[in-house]
Amino acid sequence: MSFLQILWFILIGVLFSGFFFLDGFDYGVGMAVGTLAHNEGERAQIIQTIGPVWDGNEVWLITAGGAMFASFPYWYATLFSGYYLILLFILVGLILRGVSFEFRAKSPDEKKPIWERIMAVTSFLVPFLFGVMFISMIKGMPIDAAGNMHAHFFDYFNWFSIVGGIALALLTYLHGLNYITLKTKGPVSERAQNYAHFFYWVLYLGEVIFALLLLFQTDFLAVHPIATLLCLVLIVGFSVWAHAATFANKQGHAFTASGLTLVSLVALIFCGLFPRVMISSISSKFDLLIQSASSSNYTLIVMTIATVILVPCVLAYTIWAYWIFRKRIAMPRIGVTD
Amino acid sequence: MSIVSLARFQFAMTTIFHFFFVPFSIGTVFVVAIMETLYVRTKDPSYKKMTKFWGNIFMLSFAVGVVTGLIQEFQFGMNWSDYSRFMGDIFGAPLAFEALLSFFIESTFIGLWVFTWDRVKKGLHLFFIWMIVFGTITSALWILTANSFMQHPVGYTIRNGRAEMADFGALISNPQLIFELSHVLMGALLTGATIICGLAAFQLLKKRQLSAENKKIYHKTMRVGLWLMLIFSLGSIGAGDMQMQYLIKEQPMKFAATEAVYKTTKSPAPWTVVGIANPKTHQVNGKIEIPGVLSLLSYHKLSGSVEGMDEVNAQLEKTYGTHIDGHKMSYYVPVNTLFWSFRVMCGFAALMFLVALVGLITTRRGKETLYNHRWMLWVIALMTFSPFLANTSGWLITEFGRVPWTVYGLFTIQQSVSPNVSVASLLTSNIIYFVLFASLAAILVALIVRFLRNDPVEWDAAQADKKATDPFAKGAF
Repeated sequence: MSFLQILWFILIGVLFSGFFFLDGFDYGVGMAVGTLAHNEGERAQIIQTIGPVWDGNEVWLITAGGAMFASFPYWYATLFSGYYLILLFILVGLILRGVSFEFRAKSPDEKKPIWERIMAVTSFLVPFLFGVMFISMIKGMPIDAAGNMHAHFFDYFNWFSIVGGIALALLTYLHGLNYITLKTKGPVSERAQNYAHFFYWVLYLGEVIFALLLLFQTDFLAVHPIATLLCLVLIVGFSVWAHAATFANKQGHAFTASGLTLVSLVALIFCGLFPRVMISSISSKFDLLIQSASSSNYTLIVMTIATVILVPCVLAYTIWAYWIFRKRIAMPRIGVTD
Repeated sequence: MSIVSLARFQFAMTTIFHFFFVPFSIGTVFVVAIMETLYVRTKDPSYKKMTKFWGNIFMLSFAVGVVTGLIQEFQFGMNWSDYSRFMGDIFGAPLAFEALLSFFIESTFIGLWVFTWDRVKKGLHLFFIWMIVFGTITSALWILTANSFMQHPVGYTIRNGRAEMADFGALISNPQLIFELSHVLMGALLTGATIICGLAAFQLLKKRQLSAENKKIYHKTMRVGLWLMLIFSLGSIGAGDMQMQYLIKEQPMKFAATEAVYKTTKSPAPWTVVGIANPKTHQVNGKIEIPGVLSLLSYHKLSGSVEGMDEVNAQLEKTYGTHIDGHKMSYYVPVNTLFWSFRVMCGFAALMFLVALVGLITTRRGKETLYNHRWMLWVIALMTFSPFLANTSGWLITEFGRVPWTVYGLFTIQQSVSPNVSVASLLTSNIIYFVLFASLAAILVALIVRFLRNDPVEWDAAQADKKATDPFAKGAF
């Protein structure tokens, strides 16, 4: 394993962390459109919190996918062809969700609820399926000597992966609630806070079950005991911090902490995988390793140079955009100019 | 049905659908950026209304373009995993750069552009839209870098059974890329200009009772659009011609197929205007020929013969063998598809040029000849559809022309497909995508038609009234 290979393994993890931190609250906000709002005005208010930024957040996923293709083509090939149907439904979810913002905005009022419902359902579907995918992946999938995965339904869907999917969806939902609390004022903001108070109790339960399943269903504890336990502690710790912050009315803290919970989950997955990228349930000889799944050294150098130049720019204008849209959003009052 | 044919069908379907919206959005955002530039320079508020109004059409096309692009990225891994293994070292980098350099810019600045009208300085707002233009154009650059490699591999070595990048500079200075990119960009900009002209013509046709101000805005839209249409149709034709010159040397099979030439022609070569090729007998039936013109088109002089597919095939068989990886190879490409696509593409490009020219002459110095003849407006209105046909035809030529390769001379379509994906999975995804695309297209057209019931002046006023519902209206700046 070369330095660049390890660097890119970490960078893929960073890109997925960025995706879950940023697009994560978009999914939560999307789910909240269906669960938190009481009327059309509130739904509009909630959607407006992410209107200008969700598209940029989703690019983190596209970048993660592209970077995986470029830096670990064998990982990309095995993962994407192996999780065919799950990715198909993730794509359907992303497509419908992606057009729902623009189509809703341009639709007549009576048709807006259709797009809002689509937004809510797909915003749940996508993180749920990502959870199922990543969690079944760390359990190990039937990967043969040629690196091809031939999995059956119960390889994808089992107790562990379903708990993982629900936990991830719940995490993004809570992250979205914290974001709404932070970005709105009025009844929506207070309600989001109350919902968060409640759902964190559910999350703790989910986290305990998830941790137990992780310890028994994966080899993470055996391979990397300290890192695994540390990540689990971080996940729970950030959840508690976020929960406490919602009570203390420290909305920025709550949002940061829920984001970091998601980042810790990604860290847990990547730490546990190391030095593998995919685990074969047939034989550990067929595991995909960082060392053998990566691109050539030359490609990694080219990619590293581009990343070093471009990522600071991306971060700079992304932060600038968030700063421009920094104000809280009040409930829209139609016909009133203030 | 085999996985190869299903995966190929899916690639064709998703790429064609995606490529309806790519040139649509690249082109319209450019035209809209020109309009906003005119507004900032002349301070004429009708340009601002134009910009905002046509900006909505861009936004709709962009939304569909983005989401269908996601499929493109995912399907290399899903349907073509062995291709990804073989090519990932080279193909992935441009794809990642596209995301890093282009997609982040596009999505961030679209958010800024849409939500900051009248909230930031005019110059800054103008900067936002030009950043979007920059994003869309560099996006084309990166994805075509990858495609150009597939058409004409450069700067690589074959090691450990895969193509490894050896020279990134060679990748982006690939001559194929230079021709392909200029042709695609010109075509995309032509698409935007033609669509906006066409839609403005529809507006003038449908609305008999337009207010003077709206009429003025549509007339201005037409003038801007027609000028751009003229420039970019010329650009497309020029870039296409240069690409053809390149193809004659680099991909003679593709070129011979676009002209349905089986046997190497005599010099000067006659040009087949129409005809139906028979791939079994290697004859072209019912053809109408004009002597000497093919030489003129190919070499810009009245002599020179064109190499036929039979000769090219013999050479390719000699170079690559008759069997690759246990599969019997045929290096013939789908000749009728290429032949007719080529005629559709060139025919529509010439038509767009002519229409733009006539339109400009009949509207020069405030003349209203164009607007006073409904049939002339109808001609321009119907031009809305022509770039879609021309663009699709162009890609059919490009992609069918490299059969049986995914990477020319290195890797075949047979070798590229995912070995572990079932026919059932592929069938499911094909059906789902088909239904999804049909619905998206129908909804999009309905939304565009619905939006076009508005006129720029009233629409802009209505938007201004709704400021109270705008999240950033109050105290954001």
